Amino acid sequence: MSDTPVVRVVNLVKIYQTGGLPVPAVRGVDLTVEAGEFVAVTGPSGSGKSTLIHMIGGLDTRTSGEIWLDGRRADTLSESGWAVLRREQIGFVFQFFNLVGNMTVADNVELPALLGGASPRHARERREYLLGELGLADRADAAPAQLSGGEQQRVALARALANQPRLLLADEPTGNLDSRNTRDVLRLLGRVHRQGQTIVLVTHDARVASMADRVVSLLDGQIVDDGAIPRVRRRPPGGAGDVVELRS
Amino acid sequence: MRQALLALLAKEPAHGYELKQALETIFGIAYPSPNIGQIYVTLGRLEKDGYVRAVDVEQANRPNKKVYYITAAGREALETWVDEPTEGPRVRDEFFMKLVLAPLTGLADRMALVNRQRRHYLSLMRDLAELAELAERTDPANRAALLLIEGAMLHLQADLDWLERCQEELQ
Repeated sequence: MSDTPVVRVVNLVKIYQTGGLPVPAVRGVDLTVEAGEFVAVTGPSGSGKSTLIHMIGGLDTRTSGEIWLDGRRADTLSESGWAVLRREQIGFVFQFFNLVGNMTVADNVELPALLGGASPRHARERREYLLGELGLADRADAAPAQLSGGEQQRVALARALANQPRLLLADEPTGNLDSRNTRDVLRLLGRVHRQGQTIVLVTHDARVASMADRVVSLLDGQIVDDGAIPRVRRRPPGGAGDVVELRS
Repeated sequence: MRQALLALLAKEPAHGYELKQALETIFGIAYPSPNIGQIYVTLGRLEKDGYVRAVDVEQANRPNKKVYYITAAGREALETWVDEPTEGPRVRDEFFMKLVLAPLTGLADRMALVNRQRRHYLSLMRDLAELAELAERTDPANRAALLLIEGAMLHLQADLDWLERCQEELQ
């Protein structure tokens, strides 16, 4: 099972029909993500990166091609089949948090676990653990609107991780955050990745992309590059970086 | 390096090693630790230009040490440097030269060049992010160092955005 890829996408195509005109958004993408990998998807706006990740999460239907999640064919699932799969296997984080406004932070995080069939006690323990990890334990009883954008995004991340999903999908998770909040979200992503979480994330932010093991670049709905981000030569011990160079 | 040393000497006279330490303290880990030999070479040139003056100070049980003072001419040079606007973003970019010229030679295609450069920039970004974490942890009071690293990251983000534009336009 460990060598079954978490995601395998074969010749995936998405064509939108707007006013009778077919607009291709994704044009034949092949992508495989192994367990534990952190893949960043980048590309200009309109390159199809959001469409791609939405299709992988079943939030958008494919026009043709195959989507396999954890060795199971997913693109042929019905709407309700996808709903079950998402609940059990996929965590999703969006740019605009999408928290349920009339529920507390705690209930927002517990909801997916409860829907997934966890016992109330288990859901509560998981929620307490995640909010603790995110430094939000004291905000459990607050309403989302009382939180800053960065706090809301951390709650959204906790919610996405509540079911210990096989796959975490994120679409511009820091797109709406300032640099301090971005850093907090990045720290958490780094931590869950080190714990083995598989992550596929769409981003414009190079700080976010640079945390990934691998970067996939899209252009006009096609993959133009897919490979590891190399390690730079380490700076000498005791010395410093190459941030500034004073000209002599 | 010349102006940095002049600025430090405008504050107070110092010997070479003190100047090295001052640079390290001010810029923290954002700054490549200056080589002491390089500092003495630069001080020698400044002395030759009449911008600094060296005075031998006797020390008990040790060789004399040279203490450097800024001269009136040095102060003037420093003022000129401070007053003039600093070079803006570059227009000539080595990578762009490669991108435009390499296909003519048949040595590389543009897509491959952009892709390789993107991965390189991302690895530099990762390195800067790690440096920022290190600075936050070990020297959080040094705002100058943190701002320098943040500035380098913003420049890198701009470089990556521009690379994307190149790829869109030149494909």
